[in-house]
Amino acid sequence: MNSFESHPYIPNSVPSVQEEMLREIGAKSVDEFFKCIPDDIKYHEALQMSEPTLSEAGLRRHVEEIASKNRSVNRVLSFLGGGCWNHYVPASCDEINGRSEFLTAYAGDPYEDHGRFQALFEYESLMAELLEMDVVNVPTYDGSQAAGTALRMACRITDRHRVLVPELAGPERLKIIETYLHPQIEVVRVKADPAALTLDLNDLRSKLDDSVAAVFLENPTFLGVIEPSGGEIAELAHGKGALLVVWADPSSLGVLTPPSCYGADIACGDIQPLGVRMHFGGGRGGYIASKDEKKFVSEFPSRLFGISATTHGEWGFGDVAWERTSFASREAAKEFVGTAAALWGITAGVYLATMGPKGMADLGTGILQRSAYLSRQMAQIPGVKIAATAPFFKEFPVTFQGRSVSDINMELLSRGIYGGHDLSSNYPTLQNSALYCVNETMTKADMDTLTKALSEIMKGAGGSLQ
Amino acid sequence: MSIEYGLKDFDKKYRSYHQARWDEPIIFQLSQPGERGILLPEAEPEVAAAGSRIISDLGPMARKSPPNLPEISQMRVLKHYLHLSQENLGADETVDIGQGTCTMKYSPKINDRLANLPDLADVHPRQDESTVQGSLEIIYKTEQMLKAVSGLDRFCLQAGGGSQALLVIATIVRAWVDEQGLADKKDEIITTIFSHPSNPACAAIKGFKLITVYPDEEGRPDFEAMKAAVSDRTAAFLVTNPEDLGIYNSRIREFTQMVHDVGGLCSYDQANANALLGIARARESGFDLCFFNIHKTFSAPHGCGGPGCGAVGVRENLVKYLPAPLVSYDEEKDRYFLDYESPSKISRIKDFYGVLPAITRGYAWMKALGPHWLREVSRVAVLNNNYMFKKIMAMRGVGAPYASGEFRMEQVRYSMQKLKDETGISVSEFINRMFDYGMHLWTSHEPWLVPEPFTVEPTESYSKAEMDEYLAVLEQVLKECYETPEVVKHAPHKSAVHHTDHDILEDPKRWAITWRAYRKKYKGYFEPR
Repeated sequence: MNSFESHPYIPNSVPSVQEEMLREIGAKSVDEFFKCIPDDIKYHEALQMSEPTLSEAGLRRHVEEIASKNRSVNRVLSFLGGGCWNHYVPASCDEINGRSEFLTAYAGDPYEDHGRFQALFEYESLMAELLEMDVVNVPTYDGSQAAGTALRMACRITDRHRVLVPELAGPERLKIIETYLHPQIEVVRVKADPAALTLDLNDLRSKLDDSVAAVFLENPTFLGVIEPSGGEIAELAHGKGALLVVWADPSSLGVLTPPSCYGADIACGDIQPLGVRMHFGGGRGGYIASKDEKKFVSEFPSRLFGISATTHGEWGFGDVAWERTSFASREAAKEFVGTAAALWGITAGVYLATMGPKGMADLGTGILQRSAYLSRQMAQIPGVKIAATAPFFKEFPVTFQGRSVSDINMELLSRGIYGGHDLSSNYPTLQNSALYCVNETMTKADMDTLTKALSEIMKGAGGSLQ
Repeated sequence: MSIEYGLKDFDKKYRSYHQARWDEPIIFQLSQPGERGILLPEAEPEVAAAGSRIISDLGPMARKSPPNLPEISQMRVLKHYLHLSQENLGADETVDIGQGTCTMKYSPKINDRLANLPDLADVHPRQDESTVQGSLEIIYKTEQMLKAVSGLDRFCLQAGGGSQALLVIATIVRAWVDEQGLADKKDEIITTIFSHPSNPACAAIKGFKLITVYPDEEGRPDFEAMKAAVSDRTAAFLVTNPEDLGIYNSRIREFTQMVHDVGGLCSYDQANANALLGIARARESGFDLCFFNIHKTFSAPHGCGGPGCGAVGVRENLVKYLPAPLVSYDEEKDRYFLDYESPSKISRIKDFYGVLPAITRGYAWMKALGPHWLREVSRVAVLNNNYMFKKIMAMRGVGAPYASGEFRMEQVRYSMQKLKDETGISVSEFINRMFDYGMHLWTSHEPWLVPEPFTVEPTESYSKAEMDEYLAVLEQVLKECYETPEVVKHAPHKSAVHHTDHDILEDPKRWAITWRAYRKKYKGYFEPR
């Protein structure tokens, strides 16, 4: 079964080496080390799994065969968004996050891992400019975790236990927030304006009182809508002593006003758009940003890398306010911290440094232009209606008259198009609706291909299912 | 002839090392207005025209001035980050056995290639299931392997690291307690002081009171203290075995039984599973839940601190509390699918379905080993550790409290208290000198129950020759502590940078967490260049 005597990943599987080591230790066999495990706990069988593919070539073939059962977005025209986006990833991003010095490092001290500390300090700093805020964390798991933590931070800062969230916020994100805030914090949903899909300020006013720690806002929202009343919402929140926490897509911030400029106290979101591949939703990283005040900084659970100087006049780096963290204070800490998404933080830093101010502006403009064009073209198709009257960024909800999204998407799929994400099951008011999303690389021809296909499908003329 | 490597030939036991030192500026200092790092495709005129009105309609939501990002040409950005990477000590570059508890094993290069195949990397999580069968199959098959390794019934692979897995576990315990209407009665969670800090931290987030059990004289969780801690109020017991000392708790079944007797759950933090693959499982030890770090035990790289994967396993009766969706397989249709059907109480914990790059690497790693070599992984990891243990214990100034005379499992927590008493040099100073030889050494999680601690975990990945090199460095630095302590006290000497002022990082008036804050606070002060 195993015709090899040693395995390439286990150098000391060579029998003669093992014998030599056992001799030096003064043990007769490796089994001796496991005598401490009682016999009724020991597992005496072989693990129930298939035999290995020992050769590297065979392993490669095996996994490639599985991978080929996917149909990546590179092989189709995809209009999927909704929290994960097919943005262009500059080659430099892949190059740097593939460097083994970064990829395989972990928890070295600031001296041996100076590069990691500097790269993540720079990530924090580049995000800070995008957000116009002075404090940014080393990334947490994803944008939804960042939102959950931002809201818990707000509760600790205000010593209150209720938060208001928009009912139209990302449905998975809301569930993650509610799960994370349970059991100490109550999450109350605020209604949306049915036409614009923006926050209903009257409903907000009726629910906002001095028991509320924070108002949570997405901008742009999960449905792509640009919330125009950020400043007014901030005033309302602050008037009751609550904080404004804004979830913002960083790819929008080359053209959209950063949350801090209309009164957000904490900003959060996901850095996946910044040079991180989608990986079936596995490429995520959460940012949290605040002002540089002790009462905010003290409430971050994440690592915060700060800049310092060395004895020899070099830049040095290290952890800021270490005692906050669960590494230092266990259950008395601010929430918890652990291995999260540092490599994607470094990657997002490379992305922002590569894009620069003009690149981020071009990105935002290019996306606004394409989403405007695509929505205009789609709106001309009989039976197709854009379901939001407010301006939108990157994605927008579309309602199909008398056709289910799943039917339409099946027909699109047969033409090599991934139609928009079906909103019907999560949004009672958006039945037969889908979220259509563009990216900065789409051409007019790409978008026209979609509208042509949709026109045919809506006419019932095309789209046989092979 | 002067050659500083070729250790064997020249009988040189350690190398003369110096880290790359690029004296790299902060990226903002590289900015040259007008330079561009990358260009994006311009929209065709008709598309651009459609957008013009939207942009002018943005009103107050239109950004007033562009973000103050640096303007740098492409190669210069790349070079900056390549320099920084060279000022970073990856596990691939060193004998990374001084970061005990973290299982810094070899992460095979083929798995990096596989994880980044465009067919896996460029896949959207909302695609039709028929177009993501490959990704779903990888998640499903990884789960099957973890079931075999643990003996538990279902796994959720969504958590992005071990700490988030502990959050999942605390959330499951919370949902399980709430569902039985016991929120007021079962409000305590017991853990041990040697369990990872995220065990108590996540339990506290979910509203539980913590009871911490300390070790007995032999280094195992104190049985009598445990008995005193367990009561009807016990919702769960969270523990590692072996704990970070590398000592296996042979009475673990009595501990889990004690908790079951009062109707509590037992959760196995398997951060230290590298000692036990194919040797002992969570099921036989009496655990209801467990989690594995795919980025530790199952070889996915640590990425400077993530992304990783914390795989949470449960027995059948707790499956309904796992976060949705799980990945299931429909045999009749030969289709993998996202399974939202289980009546989940937790609902969601993370965006989408898990860190696929880590899961794919874990899958490929297990597939390359199979049942026989997986077991050999643990046997060799434990053999390597006892080899290190024997050699380190013979060194001057070093000890290892607890369980004297016993072998250890996959790691040992040592103490340099004697060295400190004899030379005045602390372990915090000591580790800086290790780095002058290109080696990393870590102390321990806090609190330091073992005084002046350091933790060594050689894993299965290092040859005897490499371990000997590490031992030689350790011995050399110990020798220096006695003979030339000043050299150690002022270390590092061969790093990219020298000793950093850390006081500034604790002072709200002086800390600067971003370049933006630095510029505001310092306005020209402490500028090294």
